[in-house]
Amino acid sequence: MSAGMLALFVAFGVLIGVLFGFFGMGGSFLVTPALLVMGYPSRVAVGSGLAFVFGTSVIATLKHRDLGQVDYKLGISMIIGTTVGLEVGKEIVLYLEELGLAGNIISVTYVLLLGGIGLFVTYEALKGGDGGGVSHDVDGDADIDADDIPELAKKIQSYSLPPMITLRGGVKVSLWMILLVAFATGLLSGFLGVGGGFIRMPALFYLIGVPVPIAVGTDLFEIMFSGGIGSFLYAQSGGVDLSIVAPLLAGSALGARVGSAATSIVNEDEIKIYFGLMLLLGALAVAVRQAGNYLGMGVLDYVSLALILGSALMVSSAVLYSAVKSMRAPSTTGGSTAD
Amino acid sequence: MFGIETLGGNAQAAALVGVVLVEAMVLYVGYGALTAALGPTVRKAIGGE
Repeated sequence: MSAGMLALFVAFGVLIGVLFGFFGMGGSFLVTPALLVMGYPSRVAVGSGLAFVFGTSVIATLKHRDLGQVDYKLGISMIIGTTVGLEVGKEIVLYLEELGLAGNIISVTYVLLLGGIGLFVTYEALKGGDGGGVSHDVDGDADIDADDIPELAKKIQSYSLPPMITLRGGVKVSLWMILLVAFATGLLSGFLGVGGGFIRMPALFYLIGVPVPIAVGTDLFEIMFSGGIGSFLYAQSGGVDLSIVAPLLAGSALGARVGSAATSIVNEDEIKIYFGLMLLLGALAVAVRQAGNYLGMGVLDYVSLALILGSALMVSSAVLYSAVKSMRAPSTTGGSTAD
Repeated sequence: MFGIETLGGNAQAAALVGVVLVEAMVLYVGYGALTAALGPTVRKAIGGE
């Protein structure tokens, strides 16, 4: 590999790392399409993407753990529900493939879901104004204000079907509700063939009522397991290329450290707006690529990649800008633990 | 890379995942040490103090 390619992979890694550390998502969503457009076979693009996601999630989870933002009880419950959901999702895909409908249905669902969540998150964040966010200083088991819990999450928390478990932030919820939400998100990610961070992170916040920083940390904890298992399965058939994964990881380790630290500094509503915008642009990128496939226009693949990379660059720059702005503010409230 | 090619099937896959895990841990510790050493200076510079 040339020095130029090596530098490109490291720089790309830094960019992805910031987003991954900040949002708990964005790995395979960004790496796999980029590798495909660069001409790598799909097996290598997906396998190396998963191995990269695994490595990055290990680093980001360790960082979030240091900030007290990983709920292991919730994470393990989610892994169980998600695994069952993934299997059911995969079976639905196989059934649709037999009918010859899988490609189109999956693409349309992907665009609608990504765009729908993006619109919802952006709308909620804009509606919330300055006073609606959950505090970033969610350390240990400090209780959160009831006003900060979304209405839907309050409804789900009200079902007291035993066993009830208490999560970080003082959230008390039925284990069955967690398993149900995990199953639904697993089903969607198995159906769409994606890691599912963009589905799980909002689900943890809007459906279970987990504060955003803990939702991000716990989501990363779960991605660590799914990424590890996924990369092992692809590595069995030679799908993991270390010459791609190693430089990407070296860059993303630095970026993830910055991104994770920024979650403790940047305003909660700003996090949600960035997250929503990124999903909306991601939906547009997938729609453009799908249109390219349908029309047989290869150039739209590059437009799609430019949209993905452009939005990633824009959003990670915005995250860094907000973090720096918060640190320079006269009365900084949340930056003491960040590095 | 790292002689992993000589292993077969599952052992090779496990070794590849292991290498990624070790690299991640080394990077975490390495960048952690770097942050501890340079963090206060960078924070001061960014914070405009």
